[in-house]
Amino acid sequence: MFGPTVWRFGRVTDPFREMQRLQSEMNRLFSTVDPQIGHEYPPINVWSGEQDAIVTAEIPGIDPETFDISVIGDTLTIGGKVDPEILKEGESYHRQERSYGRFNRILQLPFHVNADKVEAKYEKGILRINLPRAEEDKPKKVVIQAE
Amino acid sequence: MSKESKELQKQSTQTPVETERTRNSKVYVPKVDIYETKDAIILIADMPGVDENSVDVILDKNILTISGTAEPLSFKDYSIAYSEYDVGDYQRAFTISDEVDKEKIEATVKNGVLRLTLHKAEKVKARKIAIKAA
Repeated sequence: MFGPTVWRFGRVTDPFREMQRLQSEMNRLFSTVDPQIGHEYPPINVWSGEQDAIVTAEIPGIDPETFDISVIGDTLTIGGKVDPEILKEGESYHRQERSYGRFNRILQLPFHVNADKVEAKYEKGILRINLPRAEEDKPKKVVIQAE
Repeated sequence: MSKESKELQKQSTQTPVETERTRNSKVYVPKVDIYETKDAIILIADMPGVDENSVDVILDKNILTISGTAEPLSFKDYSIAYSEYDVGDYQRAFTISDEVDKEKIEATVKNGVLRLTLHKAEKVKARKIAIKAA
């Protein structure tokens, strides 16, 4: 009765192994190491409103001229370039932790965007994009006709 | 309750007690680049969300502390749908050697990046020694 249980698909579960798996799962969940959500650059936050959405991204130290933001249908592309410091002869790094180079991030939104009305602002190293929903994509109320 | 569940609950006290901040916000360690030129040491820190009014640079004895506060964004009538980053404060400290002139530290903030120029003290600047012909 307390032996390994035979499951419907003929799989035999080992209670000891199952406990070990649970334990490692718990360790992973409660580990103090901050789990990185998404390794893509830049990290983004999305805010949704009734008729539009706002996307914010942390991109410190970029020349706003190098931004390449485009919207096609329901796809938003954020591209740009962070320039490295140019060191002169005889100058050397003590430490280099910041990242630089080109980045490109593509986001699919849950609606089509009115590309003409997209607004982007870059302030304090944070990019903010307002994405209004396209008129033809807005939900239409169905009127029920009474007989 | 069984003995096992009690043991599980006790584990949280194992973490050492640290000094806590009064503000309930997360603290991040900014990423920095530090490089040395002939006359100065340049420190560049990524602190998205801060501006010149919300960043502090304090030099106390040999400890240089940089800290900044970023206000979380909130939009009226919008709700957060997806989040990959969190907004909080920044703090990081460095030990500075005596070769830095403590009176001459320049700091600027642009596009969420703090740039510090720590000028080297006159006496430690490399000097070329003229060799006299005997």
